[in-house]
Amino acid sequence: MSQALDEVKIGGLGSSRQRVEDARFIRGRGNYIDDLKLPGMLHMEILRSPLAHARIISIDTSAAWAIPGVRLVLTGEMAAQRNLAWMPTLSYDTQAVLATDKVRFQGQEVACVVADDPYIAKDACEAIVVEYEPLPVIVNPIQSLAPDAPLIRDDKEGQTDNVCYRWEVGDKQGTDRAFAQADHISRLKLHYPRSHPSPIECCGSVADYNAATGKLTVYMTTQAPHIIRAAVALVAELPEHMIRIVSPDLGGGFGNKVPVYPGYVCSILGSILTGKPVKWIEDNFGNLISTGFGRDMYLDSELALRKDGKILAVRFHADTDQGAFFSDAQPSKFKIGLVHSAFACYDIPVGHITARGAYTNKAPGGVAYRCSFRVTEAMFFQERMIQAAAADLGMDQAQFRRINLRRADDFPARTPFGFLVDSGQYHKCLQLGLDAIGYEDFKREQAQARSRGRRLGIGISTMTEPLGAGNSREYDILGIKMFDSAELRVHPTGKAILRTGAKTQGQGHETTWAQIVSHELGIPADDVIVEEGDTDTAPFGMGTYASRSTPVAGAAVSMVARKVRAKARKLAAHLLEVSEEDIEWELGRFYVRGAARRGVTIQECAMAAYTNMPDGMEPGLENNAYYDPPNLTWPFACYIATVEVDPETGVWDVLRVVAVDDCGVRINPMIVEGQIMGGLAEAYAMANMQFMTYDADGNMIGANYIDYLLPTAWETPGFELHEVVTPCPHHPIGAKGVGECAAVGGPAAFVNAVMNALEDTGVRNIDMPVLPDRVWQAIQTGRDVSGVPPVRQD
Amino acid sequence: MTDAADEHRITVTVNGEPHAVEVEPRLLLVHLLREGLRLTGTHIGCDTTNCGACTVLYDGTPVKSCTMLAVQADGHEITTVEGLGSLSELDPVQEGFTIEHGLQCGFCTPGMMLTAKALITNNPNPSEEDVRWGLSGNLCRCTGYQNIVKAVLWAAAKQHGHVAETNGQGTTVSGRT
Repeated sequence: MSQALDEVKIGGLGSSRQRVEDARFIRGRGNYIDDLKLPGMLHMEILRSPLAHARIISIDTSAAWAIPGVRLVLTGEMAAQRNLAWMPTLSYDTQAVLATDKVRFQGQEVACVVADDPYIAKDACEAIVVEYEPLPVIVNPIQSLAPDAPLIRDDKEGQTDNVCYRWEVGDKQGTDRAFAQADHISRLKLHYPRSHPSPIECCGSVADYNAATGKLTVYMTTQAPHIIRAAVALVAELPEHMIRIVSPDLGGGFGNKVPVYPGYVCSILGSILTGKPVKWIEDNFGNLISTGFGRDMYLDSELALRKDGKILAVRFHADTDQGAFFSDAQPSKFKIGLVHSAFACYDIPVGHITARGAYTNKAPGGVAYRCSFRVTEAMFFQERMIQAAAADLGMDQAQFRRINLRRADDFPARTPFGFLVDSGQYHKCLQLGLDAIGYEDFKREQAQARSRGRRLGIGISTMTEPLGAGNSREYDILGIKMFDSAELRVHPTGKAILRTGAKTQGQGHETTWAQIVSHELGIPADDVIVEEGDTDTAPFGMGTYASRSTPVAGAAVSMVARKVRAKARKLAAHLLEVSEEDIEWELGRFYVRGAARRGVTIQECAMAAYTNMPDGMEPGLENNAYYDPPNLTWPFACYIATVEVDPETGVWDVLRVVAVDDCGVRINPMIVEGQIMGGLAEAYAMANMQFMTYDADGNMIGANYIDYLLPTAWETPGFELHEVVTPCPHHPIGAKGVGECAAVGGPAAFVNAVMNALEDTGVRNIDMPVLPDRVWQAIQTGRDVSGVPPVRQD
Repeated sequence: MTDAADEHRITVTVNGEPHAVEVEPRLLLVHLLREGLRLTGTHIGCDTTNCGACTVLYDGTPVKSCTMLAVQADGHEITTVEGLGSLSELDPVQEGFTIEHGLQCGFCTPGMMLTAKALITNNPNPSEEDVRWGLSGNLCRCTGYQNIVKAVLWAAAKQHGHVAETNGQGTTVSGRT
């Protein structure tokens, strides 16, 4: 009979299997939204507001209607007639689809045109005449939350100020007591700048309403098709079974493609009104100026310290700039995402957090940009604070971490803000990173260089973060619980199709999910095809963001394969003519206990499920699984960067980057490393150049790639990767989330390195991005440099 | 489109095949390729010549087809990703990208590969620095570039018949310092 299978050879767990997706992408045969062309399809363009805050006096569309080839000119007033001028956000607020009363940020959608081709639609947008009366503009929360600030959301009944939420967690009294006993209190204030996920592919949709059948099909760039279907059912008042959302190949997402955007809604309305398919392809300007940004948080924190380096307590306050509408995509119980996961890797007994959201005249968003709901800000802040505190105490930054990191035998442990951290080898990761970078040697080199006027710096960032929401008790979006799902069908010849409720955007699910099936069933990964993104065929799931796919949908894949295996075992018992209790399993094969040569393969069981099942057994070999994780997964990472700062110009160059990631069991190491390197590049980008800001009039600086700098292959440093494996104790195959770790933990390593190079200047903080002019200014003045958007003084 | 009287008749060779087409003067080359000829492998990213997703070869030189007019291609040869290798026989650049995991979402990949193709044609023995500089007109948001660099070096080696032994499984190359 057959020999035991080599799991790596069949593409199972641990195999760096080449990606299935690549076959079409390298040949230009992908199927992205703009590649779709339906018969009779029309094209839509959006007219946006040039002003950040203004009352709309009038909109004259007559010249646009007069252009040949124009089929529809939509305004807010027309949308209002269908009750579609406003829509709900994923955070229980409302957002304008097309402005009716006022525009509240630059780039807001004011009207749209549907025409025979996109050139005509653009011409017609330019022919629309809008008269505005400018209003005072608010560009940051300090201004927004001041007592006499103009009210931005006067459309909301009962709204009397610009606060959009307040939130609090932790033990205030206990924290105050701990601070009273501290030997030293370290304080740091900083601004995590507004950034944009900016996938190279912008958003888009093709809406196809069939008036004959009443069915609406929307092909669209979404990371969460099932949430969108539910939202469309509510907004467009269409029955949910008559809505089909299809998410095709996505050219990146990074959180930007989670929310519902006005463009999608307008294309649906356009199709309903014209009776034809309507395509909307957002341009890069529209994507950057109007869609979901990340970050824009103001943090003010204190650590209570004992003189031996032990952290006694933490407290901090966060203000978030939400823009004109509160349209974060995050679990509904947590108004500032999972920012309270800050300091989870450190053994700190008590803490207290307060948070407040502010409306401003800026684009709405607050999406989880490569981030598990604002953990990026949390971990950046944590690691900047840790470095500042170590410097305040005159302690070595690595030693300060060693004193405070949780130990490998401390798990499970409850953080002061309520999370249950369940596994990790933090000290081992830190030491591996320090050894890899040559920490002590570098410090000697740094001291020698300093004596010759050169400024070298080393920055460390260590963190654990909560990836893989749910569980469903605590995590939901608009009330829909955050589980996920998988459905597996094994065909008679032992080949299979797997569908999940997640949606890949480059993470390689088509490759990885097949490997999990292969691990559980011994079916070669090449024999499993994976489909996602079509709500008519995929089981209900919450989609892909916040590094939740492997922790949740990936677990569901394991569980459904195990259900299938359980049925195959009954078939094996039937084929081998023994009782089920006498059947043993090895990868890909059942055999009779004590008679290993008597066995049947999983493929033989599959054939029997359709040709030779026992009396009374339901035919077929398929199942589904809905997985509700018992806890989040807690990967740990240690990132270390070394830099040299040129004091004459403020320019800093990265010397080396070492990354140690412990994301549990790695399904496809090649893909995991690809995710880590992608995250590191974004971390470098954030620290070095990538941000969007506003001038005092609310003009966005960063609505194109000339102003919004993304690093190229030239600027991006090389990365040295290392690995530690602490299996997740509750995930079926021991995996943890990883996609965002480096983007979350990485920025602090770079900024800490620059700050370390400036340690003798008295400068405690330079806000990101750490631009050369900011570094130069800090060195010249010896003072911190803020990146907060300026306010009009006249 | 507008009146036929405004249109220009051009002849452009795309992936070795000549096409005679009538185009509006303002039609962008990328729209001729994607909409007119339905070659959708060339992607549109930024419309502002920054991201390079729309890169095609124009008489062998990489150009960004989102800011070039179709009429400018009259009498010239264009190569798109569809003309890079064939369905059954891949170009070394395509092979390198998949072997070294040089792509994730795949959106920047066609432009990146065409830039790489021209790079290793003009410089058959590029250093890592040459590759990083040569690709600096193309943005990628997924990979962090390291594996793209490895992919291009792999393709250059393959051109000479020297295939690198590494295949993306845990190896790293150092970056510019």
